[in-house]
Amino acid sequence: MREAAVVSQPNPLQRIPGVAIVLVLLIALFSAIAPGFLSVANLSNVLVQSTILTMLALPMTLIIMTEGLDLSMGAVLTLTSLCVAIVSLATKSMLLGLGAGLLVGAAFGIANGWLIAILGIPPFVATLGTLGMAQGLSLIVSDGQSVVGIPHSVRDIYSATLLGIPVPIVMALVTYAAFHGLLYHTRFGTYIFALGGNREALRYAGLSPNKLLIAVYALGGAMAGIAGLLMTARMNSGHPTAGLGLEFDAIAAVAVGGTSFERGNGWLLGTLLGVLSVGVLRNGLNLISLPSSVQVASVGVLVIVALFLDGLRSRA
Amino acid sequence: MTDISKEAIMPPRSFLSQDAIQVFYRLLAALLICAVLAVLSDSFLSLGNILNVLRQASLTFFIASGLTLVVLTAGLDLSVGANVALSACIAGTVIHKTGSPALGILTGLACGGLVGLLNGIMVTALRIPSFIATYGMLWVLNGLTYWYMAGETLHGFPTGFRQIGSGYLFGLPIPVYLLLVFLGIGTFFAQRTIWGQEIYAIGANPVAARLSGIPVARRLLLVYAVSGTMAGLASIIFLSRLNSAEADIGESLTLPAIAAVLIGGTSLFGGVGTVFGTFIGALILTLVLNGMNLLSVSANWQPLVTGIIVILAVWLDMKTRRRAQ
Repeated sequence: MREAAVVSQPNPLQRIPGVAIVLVLLIALFSAIAPGFLSVANLSNVLVQSTILTMLALPMTLIIMTEGLDLSMGAVLTLTSLCVAIVSLATKSMLLGLGAGLLVGAAFGIANGWLIAILGIPPFVATLGTLGMAQGLSLIVSDGQSVVGIPHSVRDIYSATLLGIPVPIVMALVTYAAFHGLLYHTRFGTYIFALGGNREALRYAGLSPNKLLIAVYALGGAMAGIAGLLMTARMNSGHPTAGLGLEFDAIAAVAVGGTSFERGNGWLLGTLLGVLSVGVLRNGLNLISLPSSVQVASVGVLVIVALFLDGLRSRA
Repeated sequence: MTDISKEAIMPPRSFLSQDAIQVFYRLLAALLICAVLAVLSDSFLSLGNILNVLRQASLTFFIASGLTLVVLTAGLDLSVGANVALSACIAGTVIHKTGSPALGILTGLACGGLVGLLNGIMVTALRIPSFIATYGMLWVLNGLTYWYMAGETLHGFPTGFRQIGSGYLFGLPIPVYLLLVFLGIGTFFAQRTIWGQEIYAIGANPVAARLSGIPVARRLLLVYAVSGTMAGLASIIFLSRLNSAEADIGESLTLPAIAAVLIGGTSLFGGVGTVFGTFIGALILTLVLNGMNLLSVSANWQPLVTGIIVILAVWLDMKTRRRAQ
C-alpha cells in the first residue's frame, strides 16, 4: 500500500513550474498595470480574501483526486452561512452557530458521498442535484432575504488578529497544515490516493472504498460549514446567494494547481498556489476597475486552459 | 449481458420497442400527476392553466431536446442556461439597433450555435471532459453576459416579434406549434436518419463506433452545436414572451432542462433514450412545478424539488438498467 501511494504521488519538482509560473506572471502583470497592487494593504487583502476559497479548494483537491467532483460546495456554503447567521442570531453564541453550520455542511457532504458511493450516481450529476437542494433550502430558510444583526462574536472572527496575523489567515494556515498531515502522513491519506488510483486494491486490502469515499465528501461538506462561518463574519450577514459560484473558483484553483482530473494525482501545495492565483487574478482585475463579470469569465478561461494543459500532460 | 451488447450493435430503431414501453410508463406517470392535481386544485383543469402548462413545457423542451442528443453521446452540456441568457441579450440588442426581428432571430440562433460549437471543440479537439468543459463555458458566458448588459434591461420589442412567444393560433399558443415541429424533427433525426443512429452508437460504445468508421469527432461537434442552437431558439422564445432581456434570465434554466432529459428516460451513460421521452419529461417536471404553484407553495421550493427529481430520475434509471442486466 505504502509503495503504491509513493508511486502515485507526483514529483513536486515537475509541477512547481506550471502553477508557480502562472502566479508569478499574474503578480508581474498586475504590478505593472494595476496601481497599488503591490502595497502591503492590498496584498494582505488578497490573502485574507483567499481564506474562504482555501477552505473549499483543499477538500475539493481530495474529492477530485478520487476522480469525483463537488458542484454543490458553493450552494452548501451559502446554506451553512445562513445557518451560522440564523443560529448565532437566535442563541447569541458563535460556537452554536458554527456547530449548526458544521452539522448541515457535513450532512450534505454525507448525502453527496452516499449518492455517489452507494447509489453509484455520477458525481457531477449527484452534486448538481444537491446543489439545487441546497440552493432551495437557502431560499426557504431565509425567505429570499438577508439575515442581519448577527452578534459581534461572529463578526469579530474576520477582523480580529492573532499575534498580528488576521484570524482568517491563521485558520487557513491551520487548515492547510491539517490537510497536508492528513493526506501525506496518515493511512487515510494513502487510501485517498488509492481511491483515485486503484480502488480495487483497497477492496483487496479489506477496506471499504464506499465508506472512505463518503468520508472524503463529508470532509468537504464540513469544511464548507467552517467556510460558512467565515463568509457570515465577512459579510456581517447571511445572504441567500453568498456562495454562488464559489465551487467554480475552488475547481479552478485545483485545476490550475496541477491536480489531475483523470489520474487520481493530487498536490495540496499546488492547490494553495492555485487559490492565490485565482485571488490575484480577481484582485488585479478589480484594481484596474474591470467588473466582477469579467473576473468570472477570466476564471472560466483559466480553468479551460488548465484542463487543456492537464489533458496534454496526461497524454504525453 | 446480452441486452447490452445487442444495444451496442443495434441501437433502438423502432418506436415499438423497449423505448416505447419506457415512454408509456412516463405518460402514465404524467396522467397520474394530472389526476392528483385535478383533485387537489380546482383551477388545474381550466383551459388557461392547461395552455400555460403546455407553453411552459415547450420552453423547457426546446433546451432539453438539444441536450438529449448530447446526453445520448454520454456527454453533458451544463452551459445551456447561460447560453440562453447571452443569446437573448445579443438578439435583443440586434432587434433594438436594427429594428429587424428576422435579423435578431438569426443572430440569436447563430450565437447559441457558435457557443455550442465551441463546447464541441473543447470536448473533441481539446479532449476536456464534457461536464467540466461546459461548466467552464457556463461561467465564461455568465461573465460575458453580465459585462455586456452592465446591469441594464432591454425591453419593448415589435408586436409581430412578441407574437412568437405570447401569440395564439387557432386557440393554441404559438410555442406549442413550435414544440410539435421540433418534436417531429428531433424524433425523425434521432430514430430515422443515419446521423441520428450514429449518435446512439457513439453513446453506446465510442470505441466500437470509431472502429466501425463513424466520424466520432464530427458527430460530437454536430451534437454540441445543435444543443447550442436549440438554446439559441429558446432564447428567442424567451425574449419574445418576456418582452425583455436581462443578464440573469438563464440562471434557473439548466437544472430543469437536465431534469427533463433524465426524467424522460435518457441515460446519463449514453446510447439510451428518445427525444419524445424528453418531451414527456419536460411535461412531468412542468406539471409538478405548476401543481406546486397552484397549491400556493412558495417558488423558493422549486430548486429543492427540481434537485430531488434529478437525483431520483438518475437513481431510477440506474435501477432499471441494473435489473435489465
